[in-house]
Amino acid sequence: MTNLATSALEVDSIREARTAAPQCFHCGDLCRGPTFTDHEKSFCCQGCLAVFQLLTENGLTDFYSLSENAGVRVKAQAGREQFAYLDDPVVQRRLVDFADARTTRVTFRLPSIHCIACVWLLENLFHLQPGIGQSRVNFPRQEVSIAYDPARTKLSEVVALLGSLGYEPELKLSDLDNVAPTRQARRLWVQLGIAGFAFGNIMLLSISSYLGLDHFSGGLFNRISGWISLLLALPVLFYSAADYWRSAWVSLKQRMLTIEVPIAAGLLALFLQSTYDVLTGAGVGYFDSLTGLLFFLLCGRLFQQKTFDRLAFDRDYKSLFPLSIIRKEGGRQEHVALSQLGVGDTLVLRHGELIPADATLMSGQAVIDYSFVTGESAPVEKAAGEYLYAGGRQTGGVIEIKTVKPVSQSYLASLWNQDAFRKETGRSLNNLTDLYSRRFTKIVIAVAVGSALFWAGRDVSRSLKSFTSVLIVACPCALALAAPFALGTAERILARRNIFLKDTSVIETLARVTDIVFDKTGTLTVAGANEVVFHGQPLTEAEQHWLYSMTHHSTHPHAVRITKAIGRGHIPQPVRSYLETAGCGIEGSVAGYKITIGSPAWLQSRKIVIPPMAAGDGSVVVAAINGQYRGAFWLANALRPETAGLLTELSSRYELALLSGDHDRERPQFAPFIGSLHFNQSPLDKLGFIRDRQKSQRVIMMVGDGLNDAGALKQSDVGVAVVENINAFSPASDVVMDAAVLPRLPEILLFAKTSVRIVRWSFVISSFYNLIGISIAASGRLSPLVCAILMPLSSITVVAFACGLTNWMGRKVQP
Amino acid sequence: MIVIFILIPLSIILATGFLLGFIWAVRSGQYEDTCTPAMRVLANEADIKSPTGENGATKSEPTEVDK
Repeated sequence: MTNLATSALEVDSIREARTAAPQCFHCGDLCRGPTFTDHEKSFCCQGCLAVFQLLTENGLTDFYSLSENAGVRVKAQAGREQFAYLDDPVVQRRLVDFADARTTRVTFRLPSIHCIACVWLLENLFHLQPGIGQSRVNFPRQEVSIAYDPARTKLSEVVALLGSLGYEPELKLSDLDNVAPTRQARRLWVQLGIAGFAFGNIMLLSISSYLGLDHFSGGLFNRISGWISLLLALPVLFYSAADYWRSAWVSLKQRMLTIEVPIAAGLLALFLQSTYDVLTGAGVGYFDSLTGLLFFLLCGRLFQQKTFDRLAFDRDYKSLFPLSIIRKEGGRQEHVALSQLGVGDTLVLRHGELIPADATLMSGQAVIDYSFVTGESAPVEKAAGEYLYAGGRQTGGVIEIKTVKPVSQSYLASLWNQDAFRKETGRSLNNLTDLYSRRFTKIVIAVAVGSALFWAGRDVSRSLKSFTSVLIVACPCALALAAPFALGTAERILARRNIFLKDTSVIETLARVTDIVFDKTGTLTVAGANEVVFHGQPLTEAEQHWLYSMTHHSTHPHAVRITKAIGRGHIPQPVRSYLETAGCGIEGSVAGYKITIGSPAWLQSRKIVIPPMAAGDGSVVVAAINGQYRGAFWLANALRPETAGLLTELSSRYELALLSGDHDRERPQFAPFIGSLHFNQSPLDKLGFIRDRQKSQRVIMMVGDGLNDAGALKQSDVGVAVVENINAFSPASDVVMDAAVLPRLPEILLFAKTSVRIVRWSFVISSFYNLIGISIAASGRLSPLVCAILMPLSSITVVAFACGLTNWMGRKVQP
Repeated sequence: MIVIFILIPLSIILATGFLLGFIWAVRSGQYEDTCTPAMRVLANEADIKSPTGENGATKSEPTEVDK
């Protein structure tokens, strides 16, 4: 009964209810309240029972044997009519991947896919509904691709079936432009395949010359193998190397010496020299080196391109745009597609929903958050009759608005100030490799020109040869491989520990960090073991239900903890006129009762009498029902046992700071470890603090919970989101980290430093090879054989060194 | 040794066949998800019996509507 062990609630009445409660056969939750039974199995709710019955009827009970309590709790039974808008042809065209008269194929993201049983069930969907054909799950991306016969079933029915099984798809506007990354990955694979193919065959053809058997095979063989090599190398040069030509051209145009410039120069020199050799019959050329180089380079690229599909580092804010909206017509509410909205429609917006078109407020308390549009984080209150601009987000309760302009999705998309929440994605030009290659390129060009000039007076052909030879040998393939392999390995090692990086360049920044700024709530103090204690008359089942319905709307860490503590087994009830006051609390009414939950000071300011309480550690969240004090949740904020050690260890090497939105009651707890303590900070204060520090050339790492301090995370050099659930949406962060590994932060930072040092050492090794190569080349005596040995050898040594040493050093951070 | 001039084109033709096979595999998406097939193979053994008592095998193939 792991649920019992981890449950954090200490209310006795609840505990009794729990020990008695059986576990739901479908989803594994504890059954509370009325229990449904079937086939001698208990279910926590009608939804789970319905799924079980559906699966039993269709002979799919293997679902339960594949993995225990595999089911996903069905949140709210969704009616088919809720998805009716999906049958609108305009919407379908945007969602569907492929359609003809007999087949339609559609791909959905289902965030609740989590185990092998899910995969099995979703791939057996065709048993559950006639008309559904093959369905394929992509587990890492949490996607399912379903083919169905449009004559026998409808898209809305397919989605409703998924919803009724507990796998409700995310239906968002961003579904439109998901295609690009896969196409790019496929291209890289094909490029690599062609390079490898040419590399292997050209090497085979060159064996005789490697072994010095040229006399035996004769001139004819050499000439033919030279021509075949040339033909094999052409697709490599034009297709596999295409990206290098392009990036080299771009950097030259911007007058930047990135690593691609010497690579492209080397490749070009290789190709021209070899083609000249083959055409004049002077030899077989260096095609084996050329194709081998590209093969290794592309391997490095593929290695570095590891992405964590289910994480949302770069997920566009467009993904918050819904496809449908609730329209009110003649007292009836219906879901309609955005594209069907006209001017003068009355829409119902709930908490967190977007205003899809310019509109006027009809009724309700509008508190509009325009932060995605303007960057201004304070929500604006609006009175009935006022004008609302498209793109804002309602943050209070339910409002009704009347549109005054037609919906334009492209306008909506362009309106959103995406910069406000996204770090500049382009690659930084100050990464290690480019810094080094800038110096390197200058030296190489100097040596090439120097040796050409040196020979120019004596031997013109030798002068040309030495010029190209230097460029060939200096092609910094090994240099380009060092960082992808060392840092890529480090990224993988960290991912195994549930630390996910946006890309490998984050490691370089991690190694340069000088200051660490912590956000207290949600990072240093929240842990799974933290207790939520309720003081006051024990809550009745119904009261818990109301409070849960309120708190599950809020993303504040306190609310999340209370939700977690009382939440299991409840289905939220609708909340009317919900309003969240950032940093203070939430209010609204559930089932006719007015519920207020928040900080004691805030409740007192709303004329709610709170009896005096004994002071203690931790935060207090007070709940009131109908304006009457009901009790207080004590969220024990005892530091995690490891926190003290963590802070002591870090404080010896980094400047630490703590930014908290809370009161400063806990100052004494942190004072011994952290010099710079700041309490009662608003999100804007946090952002300002980081900006100030950065002005004095500090490299700041901000550790926060991801959502409540997105601005500060974005401003910092490395934003670390510490989350309990790694699938959580954490915009603006560079690192997503499981809260359980936070105590290992010093080791992780040390590991980042080590990895960067390994990259530096790899540079030294590759420079050593280059030095040997260049000294041979400058004398104008570079033979294809030397080239064919030296270049792969240097690449392989560097890769082996970088991967091997990083792996070895990474053992310390392994679980 | 003259035979080498026949063997080389033959071997390259054969290798080109493999290359085309590889490109086909990439194009058909086999390199996109290397995780799910490993899970699928564990579950596929399960025989699905329809409650009407018929042999599940007739039912357990999805209608091939793909492409």
